[in-house]
Amino acid sequence: MTKKQKKLLTKIIVSGILFVGGFIVPYEWVSLLLFVAAYLTVGYSVIIKAVKNIRQGQVFDENFLMLVATLGAFALREYSEAVAVMLFYQVGELFESIAVGRSRKSVSELINIVPEYANIMVDGELTQVMPEEVEVGDIIIVRTGEKIAIDGIIVSGQTVIESSALTGESVPTEAAVGDEVLSGCINLGSTIEIRTTKEFEDSTASKIMYLVEEASSRKAKTESFITKFARKYTPCVVIAAAVIALVPSIITGDWATWVSRALLFLVVSCPCALVISVPLTFFCSIGRASASGILIKGSNFLELAAKAEVAVFDKTGTLTEGRFEVAEIKTYGVAENELKYYLALAESYVDHPIARCIAQLSNEGKDHDEVTDVKQLPGFGVSAVINGKTLLAGNEALMERNNIEYVKSESELTVVYAAVDGQFVGYVTVADRVKDRAEKAIFRLRKNGIKKTVMLTGDKEKIGRYVADKTGIDEFYAELLPDQKVERLCEIRQNGQSVIFVGDGLNDAPVLTEADIGIAMGALGSDAAIEAADIVIMDDDIEKVALTVEISRKTLRIVRQNIIFALGIKFAIMLLGIFGFANMWMAVFADVGVSVIAILNALRCGGR
Amino acid sequence: MKKVFKMEELECANCAAKMEAAISKLEGVEKVSISFMTQKMIIVADDEKLESIMDEAQKICKRFEPDCRIVR
Repeated sequence: MTKKQKKLLTKIIVSGILFVGGFIVPYEWVSLLLFVAAYLTVGYSVIIKAVKNIRQGQVFDENFLMLVATLGAFALREYSEAVAVMLFYQVGELFESIAVGRSRKSVSELINIVPEYANIMVDGELTQVMPEEVEVGDIIIVRTGEKIAIDGIIVSGQTVIESSALTGESVPTEAAVGDEVLSGCINLGSTIEIRTTKEFEDSTASKIMYLVEEASSRKAKTESFITKFARKYTPCVVIAAAVIALVPSIITGDWATWVSRALLFLVVSCPCALVISVPLTFFCSIGRASASGILIKGSNFLELAAKAEVAVFDKTGTLTEGRFEVAEIKTYGVAENELKYYLALAESYVDHPIARCIAQLSNEGKDHDEVTDVKQLPGFGVSAVINGKTLLAGNEALMERNNIEYVKSESELTVVYAAVDGQFVGYVTVADRVKDRAEKAIFRLRKNGIKKTVMLTGDKEKIGRYVADKTGIDEFYAELLPDQKVERLCEIRQNGQSVIFVGDGLNDAPVLTEADIGIAMGALGSDAAIEAADIVIMDDDIEKVALTVEISRKTLRIVRQNIIFALGIKFAIMLLGIFGFANMWMAVFADVGVSVIAILNALRCGGR
Repeated sequence: MKKVFKMEELECANCAAKMEAAISKLEGVEKVSISFMTQKMIIVADDEKLESIMDEAQKICKRFEPDCRIVR
């Protein structure tokens, strides 16, 4: 508790004791005295604030409303009620203040990945300095268990670092001299020395922190709506209260009844439950997401993601690992090792992702003594002479061009055929591995309101179909050039549906910006991707796309619950109040009680 | 220029919204956003007028919440 909260608590306790005393004491005037004392103890700060605000032209704030309502109760000789209302109000305020303080603290702990200090050597002594003071090129020392303060390159030492503060996933990786390390990571191994490559402000941790903090300033539509609503709603209720106090009283002459009913209106009228709980919900969700390595750059994107109906994916690096792997090896008349040996040798001369992957099949004969006459045949493959034998490795067209009788593979993947001295010896198929979690991610998205999933790829049709089948994606468009991807996305958007685009942020930045919500994956350390996207997933876990949508939907659900609940209770009590079925206690509950409940509900967003 | 200021003792969300509306009407202020949750004010304003704008902003904040301070 802060000093202020403690002070308020003391006031509440003292006032509570006086209040109870007021009930017990049998003499009426002593009891009244105790009530007044209780009222002033707990309420004087409210009175002072109300008076101050009126002087500055702020009439309809909650302090004023409480003051009018309680003074009204005193005037109607409902002393105990007046005290109770003020007491209750302050208890609610205290609760509110504690709840907000707690959530502020817990969320800032979630997103606080920025180290407070850095170690540098000054005259041969290890000294702690503010990270802002370290210049680019300085050497910082990171000991075991410490956070890396500034991005840089290891110049001495070998260690294991963990990036869970950035990615939400704890996967320790080894790092040695020459490796780039990012701020926010924790050094688990031995002491390392890092030459900084950036200023503290430009380092990964600071940037992420900045983006998260800035996120709550990009307000969601619901937030702005609530603020605007609150501005109109309070005066409306006050006018309604005035009408209730005057009109029926003049007609019936029963001033006491109608004035007290009008007072009740005033107490209920504070829109605080909404004004606090709605931004709080968004804030907690952003904090919760960033703890999982999902950076949401504004509350408005949460709102958009919750309404999204179409999810469009880039293929390579998003649905697939972005690394090629040999899927199948089939031999005809030779041993598997022999085929591997030939292919690996020949392909090691070719600079292509597929070739690089095949080259890893075998390490035999890698000194290249036996290889002569390597020819790259663009569009076909490669030919080489190995130990005096001519090897052809490449696609169907290469086989046909050389009149080689070969067995055609049924595979949808990329196939590399091999022939030795004009004799077909087998083939290997190569695939960009589909991410293990891709299918689950698509399934979870569908469960969360995504009606259609689409994949865009520059690759061949059959590879597109293979990946689409494997992940369960509804539609795919293959053989697209980068600008055609943008066109496709625009076509999809034309149906008026809200569209999420998920890509790696490297070569699809234009598509990211075109989509309603652009999500960049595996963006840790890539400034360009973080810049272009609305939502950034730090590692390459595709399921986090689904998690993002789940969090968004939960957020909006809670926001909606709070709006309906708060307004529902308030209107119900007002209605009951008009007909005389509600008392002051209920009114105070509708004000602070509802606020506290709405805040507690909002805090659910911060939980996993 | 864009600047971020920490705000102390910002305790009422409705007040924060009112402060934001009032400050955005000040001359030279292009954009202002007060985050009740992070207790920060992000302001985009004329460089030269920034000092006087912030003086005004502080007055506005005091009006809505007497204890609220902008840390400069």
